[in-house]
Amino acid sequence: MKIGKQTFKIESKPCIYATSSIVGPKEMQGPLSNYFDIHINDIFFGEKTFEKSETKMLESCINNLFAKTGITEHDVDVILSGDLLNQCISSGFAIRSFDTPFLGLYGACSTFCEGLLISSLLHETNCVNQVVNAASSHFCSAERQFRMPLEHGNQKSPTAQATVTASGAALVTKRSIADNGIHITHVTPGKIIDLGVTDMSNMGAAMAPAAFSTISNHLTDTGRDINYYDAIITGDLGIHGSDMLVELFKREGIDISTKHKDCGVLIYDEQNQDVNCGGSGCGCIASVFSGYFFNELKAKNLNKILLVATGALMSPLSSSQGESIPGIAHAIAIENEV
Amino acid sequence: MELIIEYGKVFLTGGIICTIGQILIDKTKITPARILTLFVTLGVILGFLGIYEPIYNFGKCGATVPISGFGYSLYKGTIKAIGEHGFIGIFTGGVTATAGGIAAAVIFGFLASLFAKPTIK
Amino acid sequence: MNTNLNVSNSEYDELISKKAQKSPIAKNIFFAFVIGGLICMLGQFILNQMLNLGVDQEKAATITSISLIFIGAFLTSINLYSRIGRVAGAGSTIPITGFSNSVVAPAIEFKSEGYILGLGANMFKVAGPVLVFGITSSAILGLIYYIFNFIF
Repeated sequence: MKIGKQTFKIESKPCIYATSSIVGPKEMQGPLSNYFDIHINDIFFGEKTFEKSETKMLESCINNLFAKTGITEHDVDVILSGDLLNQCISSGFAIRSFDTPFLGLYGACSTFCEGLLISSLLHETNCVNQVVNAASSHFCSAERQFRMPLEHGNQKSPTAQATVTASGAALVTKRSIADNGIHITHVTPGKIIDLGVTDMSNMGAAMAPAAFSTISNHLTDTGRDINYYDAIITGDLGIHGSDMLVELFKREGIDISTKHKDCGVLIYDEQNQDVNCGGSGCGCIASVFSGYFFNELKAKNLNKILLVATGALMSPLSSSQGESIPGIAHAIAIENEV
Repeated sequence: MELIIEYGKVFLTGGIICTIGQILIDKTKITPARILTLFVTLGVILGFLGIYEPIYNFGKCGATVPISGFGYSLYKGTIKAIGEHGFIGIFTGGVTATAGGIAAAVIFGFLASLFAKPTIK
Repeated sequence: MNTNLNVSNSEYDELISKKAQKSPIAKNIFFAFVIGGLICMLGQFILNQMLNLGVDQEKAATITSISLIFIGAFLTSINLYSRIGRVAGAGSTIPITGFSNSVVAPAIEFKSEGYILGLGANMFKVAGPVLVFGITSSAILGLIYYIFNFIF
């Protein structure tokens, strides 16, 4: 049911029953390493190209989800997945090996929440029982598509972020099929917000206004205030983008700095890992939610979270043509209920 | 002693040219690919204006090793060929003078790709 | 704009400039100067050795370029040039070794799309503009030189 301007209340309250995560070598050196299910030491993952490596990573991630829950590809009604590569090839090729219907998504780094949002709405129609939701990104395949060749000796801008090599997947079930108390209660699809940032090395700042817009509209629509949530988790604003988000809220007289966490900041050790402003990419929030935050929800360390994946909807082409970077953010309210 | 002064001049000239590039990168967000293009074109223009010649005389390899020196060679080669062959030199001179470098980059690039693999930093 | 944002584009731009992490410019300049200078000294060393061996100036200069391009290509292929570049910045981009790096790096990377459409088509993805603008500008200025010296 739509409430307010842009929020849907999900009355069926589907359950995030299980998650799966897989990360690359650099992410394993980060502070969250203990929370991820699988790690790969070889950036090529035994494959010939980075694109194949990412495909295999995503496929392994979904297989791991099946292994953890004991379900098979036939029990799943649809897999929703997306990534950063042109025509979403990582998702398409990874899910080619499953005998399951597939919906490919593109929301840049907001894909994981876009998937959760669509899954929730599918559940709301009562058409589906179990849906898998996945997203992935790979440092090397993203770098060659969006930036310079890997061996090119250039300096990164201090506001630049590093694409995370990781996949995450979540199984969203109807409560009558399987329930662990972790429910999706509200979803807020975001509007595209563009404040004219053109610097490709400053995605965090380009996306922060979109996160601000979605979060504040979500709070208005639901009539909640910031203290309702234990944590407000953004996807990949990075250190600088997070600063900008806090600053935008401060202008409205709201202090979110104590509630706000950013997956791109959490996944790396900023001091020792040479990542400038933190991580980015679809796989960032997908793996950090699936690994770390889902664990916190299960342990009841967190009970009410607002998961806000942010995306930058540009391409190298649009940037070469001088276009600014449009940002988007989708919010998912996830609550522990007994 | 003479040698030390010579190398000192080379170091100083090369260092200053690179420093100008670094300041442009940090202050203006110009990407490295644009910096390379800017410097090669500047080398050509400064050659034409007769400004690069004294820099070269002072800094030797400090002026020729940076990519602006590549531009200077292109221009000098063009002028030389015009002197020798007339109008056609406009087309042949520049690339002739820099042929060794361009071909070397292509050949070594091809060879390197046979055995090298990209990796993460 | 369909938003509840009370901030204009220019205000936001200002806010970014105020909050953004700054480049460590003193450190960057130091390394650019030193490493750039050292690469040039290496070039001078090779040139001097050639001249001492009795090679004429023009050939010696070509050999120097080729040697430096080889060094750049070699360091790129053993995954070292990108590491140097992270520290040296323009100090390793602007010397001819950096030109070599910008040819070799895409060659290595695009081999995965095949030798012709991958490696062949993308080798000058980064360094191509250097040739385009270098050759074109030298031809244009050469033409001007020709007109002034041979026609008038």
